[in-house]
Amino acid sequence: MKVLVTVKEVAELEDDFELSGDDIPEEFVEYDLNEWDDYAVEEAVQLQEDGVADEVVAVTIGPERSEETIRMALAKGADRAVRVWDDAIEGQELLDVGAKTRILQAVVEEEDPDLILSGVQADDDSFGATGVSLADAIGFEWAAVVNDLELDADAGVASVHRELEGGVEELTDVEIPAVLTIQTGINEPRYASLRGIRQAQRKEIAHKSLGDLGLEDVATESALELTAMYEPETESDATYFEGSADDTASELAGLLRDAGVAGQ
Amino acid sequence: MSDVLAVAEHRRGDLRDVSYELITAGRQLADAAGGDLHLAVIGGDVEAFADDLNREGVDAIHTVAEGEEFNHDVYAQAVEALFDDLAPTFLLAPNSVNGLDYAPAIANRLDLPLVSDVVDLAYDGHLTATREMYGGKLETTVDIDDEPLAVTIRGAEWPPAEADGDAEIAPFEVDLDESAVRSTVTGFEEVGGGDVDITEADVLVSIGRGIEEEENLDLIRDLADALDATLSSSRPIVDNGWLPKNRQVGQSGKVVTPEFYIAIGISGAVQHVAGMKGAENIVAINTDPNAPIYDIADYGIVDDLFDVVPALIEEFDG
Repeated sequence: MKVLVTVKEVAELEDDFELSGDDIPEEFVEYDLNEWDDYAVEEAVQLQEDGVADEVVAVTIGPERSEETIRMALAKGADRAVRVWDDAIEGQELLDVGAKTRILQAVVEEEDPDLILSGVQADDDSFGATGVSLADAIGFEWAAVVNDLELDADAGVASVHRELEGGVEELTDVEIPAVLTIQTGINEPRYASLRGIRQAQRKEIAHKSLGDLGLEDVATESALELTAMYEPETESDATYFEGSADDTASELAGLLRDAGVAGQ
Repeated sequence: MSDVLAVAEHRRGDLRDVSYELITAGRQLADAAGGDLHLAVIGGDVEAFADDLNREGVDAIHTVAEGEEFNHDVYAQAVEALFDDLAPTFLLAPNSVNGLDYAPAIANRLDLPLVSDVVDLAYDGHLTATREMYGGKLETTVDIDDEPLAVTIRGAEWPPAEADGDAEIAPFEVDLDESAVRSTVTGFEEVGGGDVDITEADVLVSIGRGIEEEENLDLIRDLADALDATLSSSRPIVDNGWLPKNRQVGQSGKVVTPEFYIAIGISGAVQHVAGMKGAENIVAINTDPNAPIYDIADYGIVDDLFDVVPALIEEFDG
């Protein structure tokens, strides 16, 4: 069985970031592998270690810089990676779900996987929709927000738990081929070993342009336009305790004592 | 006409709150765009659900009596058929775990632009949606020029519709292609049982990502002991396996309403806040002055938990 894992390098904002107009200055940005994708990679690598997956391929849409992040997936055990990037993609401020779906669909047609694992959402734009949209586009079955997976490759069934709200899980059998969107907590993502990191240097990250995938520039056109970006107005009416840690702890202790909840 | 079709959500025999919030959001949008609000309710006891959903502002309710529980393949087919029949301009779904299990598929097959997790909507010839990015650190507005389009709305952002309505309720027949139903719900499982019930606690000391390492949890345990409080946490602590699931506060964990909720090293992501905003008093200790937890906190200490917590323990044990 061939497993495709979609991964994304996401931008994380420093606590003390400041916007410059509608832009986030680079100095406040750190790039990292999307947290949900880290769990998806781990799940795929475990399938490989269990002898269920023959090959694990990571696919990303991202600029050259993102190869560093993608190599983390390779260091953890993915066999190779495909990175899609193109001037036409770079020109889009916001890739909407439809555009991501069209691009990933073209990769799926080339790679022909049996199972696709993606993170539930990306930490930066948080649409949470690409995996399910992709499944529909390529005619795969799917399950969103999976936090437990048992795969019966012979029967062609993935038995999953979907994490619903309020501490309830839905148990569902999904026919393969399928796209599963992976929730955090499904496993414990490993740290890349030194050996893994060394091996990853020799693994292939194939760069594909839109043309390589048989796509036109129009495939990247987004129906959504980002028109403003701003810090949410703080609605805080909290009473702040200020001063040294001893001072603030003392004030908080006084509050708790006065309320009769502690130290009686 | 610029009609709205909103899809209600239910689970295990009960309509979920977001269904009534969809009515409010849907009515607002229908008014702004000059159209009717249609509701779809699919599966389960659709007639009883339709009676409950008959609130002020709803023009028509379409009941699809297919199956008991949610199944995305059934939902996708039913909504597609309704869409063909009603030709609405806007499809509205909840941004819930189930909403995200069918709305993107429908958007794909009907070629609708999709904007998800929306917290506010405006319409002035085109739709402008407000949504958060970067874990709530930034808010954005997004314009969508194509119509029809699909939107999923975040829960608890619109008030629920409450007044009785006079909608037209009618069954809608879907010619279901069973061969396209390729997943089967086999059951449900409650998680998070066990030795302790955090929903019963008067005082919760709750720890988040700011604790950094598992070893540091002892510091928070000591504080909980000193305050005779119960220990709870945000999601990452449970994801890491440092505390069991029954300690998790939030959308996918427990909803708690203690007298005091002391949030330590918790940024206050919307999923967490959903589980603790009902606490009587909320205390936040976090190094990031912009952390959203301070939006709902009654008391705040902007400082390093590794300085404040030992000092606080000292106050009670010293």
